[in-house]
Amino acid sequence: MIKKEQMKIVSHIQIAEDIFELTLAGELVLAMNDPGQFVHVKVSDGMDPLLRRPISIANINQEKQECTLIYRREGLGTRVLSEKNIEQLVDVLGPLGNGFPVEEVGVGETALLVGGGIGVPPLYELSKRLVAKGVKVIHVLGFQSKSAVFYEEKFNGLGETYIATVDGTVGTKGFVTDVISNNGIIFDTLYSCGPTPMLKALEAAFPDRNAYISLEERMGCGIGACFACVCHLQDDPEGYTYKKVCSDGPVFKVGEVVL
Amino acid sequence: MNRLQVELPGLSLKNPIMPASGCFGFGKEYSKFYDLSTLGAIMIKATTVEPRFGNSTPRVAETSAGMLNAIGLQNPGLEKVMAEELPWLDQFDVPIIANVAGSQIEDYVKVAKEISKASNVHALELNISCPNVKTGGIAFGTIPEVAAELTKYVKEASSVPVYVKLSPNVSNIVEMAKAIEEAGADGLTMINTLIGMRIDLKTGNPILANKTGGLSGPAIKPVAIRMIHEVSQAVSIPIIGMGGVQSAEDVLEYFYAGASAVAVGTANFVDPYVCPSIIEDLPRLLDKYGFEYISECQGRSWK
Repeated sequence: MIKKEQMKIVSHIQIAEDIFELTLAGELVLAMNDPGQFVHVKVSDGMDPLLRRPISIANINQEKQECTLIYRREGLGTRVLSEKNIEQLVDVLGPLGNGFPVEEVGVGETALLVGGGIGVPPLYELSKRLVAKGVKVIHVLGFQSKSAVFYEEKFNGLGETYIATVDGTVGTKGFVTDVISNNGIIFDTLYSCGPTPMLKALEAAFPDRNAYISLEERMGCGIGACFACVCHLQDDPEGYTYKKVCSDGPVFKVGEVVL
Repeated sequence: MNRLQVELPGLSLKNPIMPASGCFGFGKEYSKFYDLSTLGAIMIKATTVEPRFGNSTPRVAETSAGMLNAIGLQNPGLEKVMAEELPWLDQFDVPIIANVAGSQIEDYVKVAKEISKASNVHALELNISCPNVKTGGIAFGTIPEVAAELTKYVKEASSVPVYVKLSPNVSNIVEMAKAIEEAGADGLTMINTLIGMRIDLKTGNPILANKTGGLSGPAIKPVAIRMIHEVSQAVSIPIIGMGGVQSAEDVLEYFYAGASAVAVGTANFVDPYVCPSIIEDLPRLLDKYGFEYISECQGRSWK
C-alpha cells in the first residue's frame, strides 16, 4: 500500500564525500516489505525543485518505525535535502516499486551482492534479510575513490566484503567485474544495483545466471502514470512492449529488459 | 444544486476538476489513491490508431517551477484502449474525455469515430498540439486553416462533442481559436505545453533524448491565463483551462480568466491526491469570495 506521509527526520549525517545518511520515522515504514523498494521525496516546500526525488531504502526498522535513506548530493534537489535538520518533516511517498526477490536464493546457498556508488544502499537491507534467512552473502562494492566509500564495516559485519575503486585509492583498482573474476567468487544468485555500464558488464559476464538488477532512470511520478521511465524488453527490443522502471521495477531479472 | 456543478457540451460535471491528458495514464495508478468517481471528468492519455512506444529516455527534465517532458505519445493503440482501458474505467461514475492523436487526418478520423462510440466517452479532446512527435501533432496546431480542416473531419466522424486542444506555440492564439470555432468545434482546451530545452553541463548535450520537450507546471500558468483571457472574449464556445494548476486558488484564477472547467496536469506527479484536495477545498474559496456557484466566476476578469 503506497502512502504519503510527513516523516520526521531522526538523524541526518554525512558519511562520505557528498554522501548523506537520512533516517526518517513514520507509519509509512510499516508498509515497507521488500529490500530494493524506494521512496519519492519532496525535498522543497515550494516549487523549486517541483518534482519528487526517488531514493532507495537502505535500512528498514519496523519495530522503531524508522527507515534509512542514503543519497548523494548531486544537483539542486539533493542539495536542498542535505540542508534539512533533525526534527524537520519531509513529505515522502512510498514505498514504491518492486524489490529484490529474497526467495530466489535458498538457505545455505550463496548470494553475491554487487553495488556501484549510490547503488550500494539498497543492498544493505537486502543483505540483512538474506543473512537472517540463512544465506551466505558476499559483497563486491565499487566506488569512484576512497573518499566516496561508505558502509564498508556494516557490510563486513554481514559477510565477506570486497571494495573496488576506480582510482585504486582503496581496495582493488578497477571494476567490480575484475574483483569477481580475480577472486574466483562462486555464487548461486546475483543481486546488483548501480550504474548502467556496471549492470551491462555483469549481464555480459553472467548471461545464464540467476541474477536480479535494479535500474535507475529519471522519473516523473514514480507510480507508473507518466511514462517517463520506460524501457524496452529484450525479446522485443524494437517493439511496443515495455516495462516501467518505477512500477514494474526497479528490480528486474537479468535478460528481461534492454539496458 | 451542487455548487461545483458545471454544464458543458457533452459533459455534465459534478465538479470542474479533471486530470489532464498524459498526466494520469488511463487512471489505474491513481485509483490506488482515491475513488476516481470523485473527479469531474478524466482526460485519458492520447490514443493513436497503432500502438506507440514513444521517445527514448531521458524523457523528463526538471526546470524551475516546472518540468520538460518528451514522452512521445506512448500508448497501447486504439484497439487495446477500446478493449481494455475504457471498459476498466467504466466501473467509475465519471465521464471520460478521450484525447485523440495522429499524424494525418485519416488517423484522427479513425480514432475519433471508434473511440467516441464507447459508452463512457462523453467528449473528445483533439490533440493538435503535442510538441513531441515528429510528424502531425503540432503541425495541425500551428496553421489555422489546417487545424480547421482537421476539426471539420473529426466533427463529422465523432458521435460526441469535440474539444480542440490549443498549442501556445503560435503567434496568434485568437486567430487559431476562431478558425477552430468556425470549423464546428464544441469547445477548446488550453494550453498544451510550451516547447523548451535544458542542457546538461557535464556532457554539453540536451538532457532530453528528444532534445526538446514540452514545458508544463506552475511556470506556464501566467501564459495560459493570458491566452484564456484573450480567447474566451473572442469565441463563444467553452474553454477547459490547464497549465500549472496546483490549488483551488489556481482554479478560481482560471475561471476568472474565462475557463469553464480546469484540468490538473503536472501537479498529479507531485501529489497524487491533488485533484480530490482541490475539489474539497473549492467550496471554502467560493465562500471566501462570496460566490454561491463556481459557474458565476467564469470570465470575471473581463465581464
